Amino acid sequence: MKKQKLPSTHVSCQGACAARLPFILWTMVFVAIPLLYILCMSFMKKAATWGILAEFSLDSYQKLFDPVYVKVFGQSMWLAFLTTVFTLLIGYPFAYFTSKLPPKWRSLVLLLIIVPFWTNSLVRIYGWMILLRSQGVINSLLIMLGIIDSPLKLLYNFGAVLVGMVYALIPFMILSVYNSIAKLDPALVEASRDLGASRWRAFWTVTVPMTRAGIMAGCVLVFIPSVGLFFVSDLLGGAKTMLLGNLIKNELLTARNWPMGAALSIVMMTMTMIVIGIYKKVSGEKSLEGIV
Amino acid sequence: MKKRSRFAEVYITLVLLLMYLPIIVVIVYSFNDTKMFHWAGFTLDWYSKLLNNMSIRTAFLNSLQLAALSSLSAAVLGTLGAVGLTGRYFKARGILENVSLIPIMIPEIILGMAYLAFFSFLRLPFGMLTMLLAHTTFCIPYIYINVKARLTDLDPSIAEAARDLGAGYVRVFFDITLPLIFPSILSGTLLAFAMSMDDVVISFFTTGAQTSTLPLQVYSMLKMGVTPEINALCTVMLGAVFFIVAIARLVRARKKTRPLL
Repeated sequence: MKKQKLPSTHVSCQGACAARLPFILWTMVFVAIPLLYILCMSFMKKAATWGILAEFSLDSYQKLFDPVYVKVFGQSMWLAFLTTVFTLLIGYPFAYFTSKLPPKWRSLVLLLIIVPFWTNSLVRIYGWMILLRSQGVINSLLIMLGIIDSPLKLLYNFGAVLVGMVYALIPFMILSVYNSIAKLDPALVEASRDLGASRWRAFWTVTVPMTRAGIMAGCVLVFIPSVGLFFVSDLLGGAKTMLLGNLIKNELLTARNWPMGAALSIVMMTMTMIVIGIYKKVSGEKSLEGIV
Repeated sequence: MKKRSRFAEVYITLVLLLMYLPIIVVIVYSFNDTKMFHWAGFTLDWYSKLLNNMSIRTAFLNSLQLAALSSLSAAVLGTLGAVGLTGRYFKARGILENVSLIPIMIPEIILGMAYLAFFSFLRLPFGMLTMLLAHTTFCIPYIYINVKARLTDLDPSIAEAARDLGAGYVRVFFDITLPLIFPSILSGTLLAFAMSMDDVVISFFTTGAQTSTLPLQVYSMLKMGVTPEINALCTVMLGAVFFIVAIARLVRARKKTRPLL
């Protein structure tokens, strides 16, 4: 079969080559070159006033080990980790239960998960601002019920940022876990039950391992963006919760240290590649398209 | 068995309630007759203020224009790329494909930073043009992936039959391939459109002082402080999304029933 294809590619290449040419050019000019450009920039020096000096230096990378940066780095990783764990803990049972619903309800629940995802993410974060504010809904309610006397400080802290991140990213987790649970053959679970496994045992030894690909995909989809969503920590965390995303933004726009911003981006990209690499290795998936 | 499914139902309802809580709060507050946080009666004031807010209106039109232009250019580029690459083998194909997917793989802020640096290196004026270039780039993968998935499902013998009967490459594309992949182009383009409408991070780095998009406008308003107009704006946006989703569902439902009629 494959041999037949070879002669035909030569003939049709005119068409195919013409078709893919704009795509290839665009990818080169607007993806490859800008990324290579910031890679180069990260090895340059900040000019005294504005812009960059075309001189090789490792300054930016050395500065990464500065305690200030290390702290932001740690905080960012910790938040991304917690976000992933919480979305998984809340999202997995949700996807699992949803897959067991009768078809009519199932499609409704899935739709309800997808709709907020299509609305503006700022809108949804703003809703949390109203809820968590010191004169906001939750505090007023608690005071009215006499549970607390003075408003709790719910907004502008790490917890609020975590809530916002989990909230913004949980649809990714639910949908990718759901996809793999839906593909799972129920006969496998039934077989383990027939052989005497308890419900829990069947769940842990059959369902969870069989849906590992979905879990992995969900984790990648949550972890990667949670490092860079600067507006969530900007709005919910105030100035206190500094994340890698905020740091890059500040280096570029406030400190105007572009090589530093570039170096941070390169580090962030390397980390992303590592996470994706681990995903590919563990899930056995060759391409990343499965997770988009 | 029964008890278990009851727990499942409660759990699902609870999570959904939590998901919609912030949205409901925004909608309720958009009708609140005060800038403060207590309930002071029903009003539509914020809606009329919103209608008269020129900067929001311009931002909205900018967003619409940007999303339409970038998702359409991405549709053309992505479809052509998928058609030209799928099922064909050459050395750099794998690398090329991976590079083309980078925009939606890495955190958005990296792409934003790269464009800020790259476009100022090229001395492009920041504004609509730079945003259009950036948005088109991150829209392409959504269409590419959708179309590619459809193309690999297609039976190649259909196109081969057309070729055997003497159709040229262009004719095969327009008469055979395009009608077959059109639904995936459409769904990819819609997804890209929604992503472009919602984008904060990349627009933030590629916009100029003069041009704003709706998400950027909302972001700066939120940072400035409380203006209940935002509540009204958010409610309108939510309403629009629900409306579009409902119509899409209706169209799909009608399509499904067509064979029966």
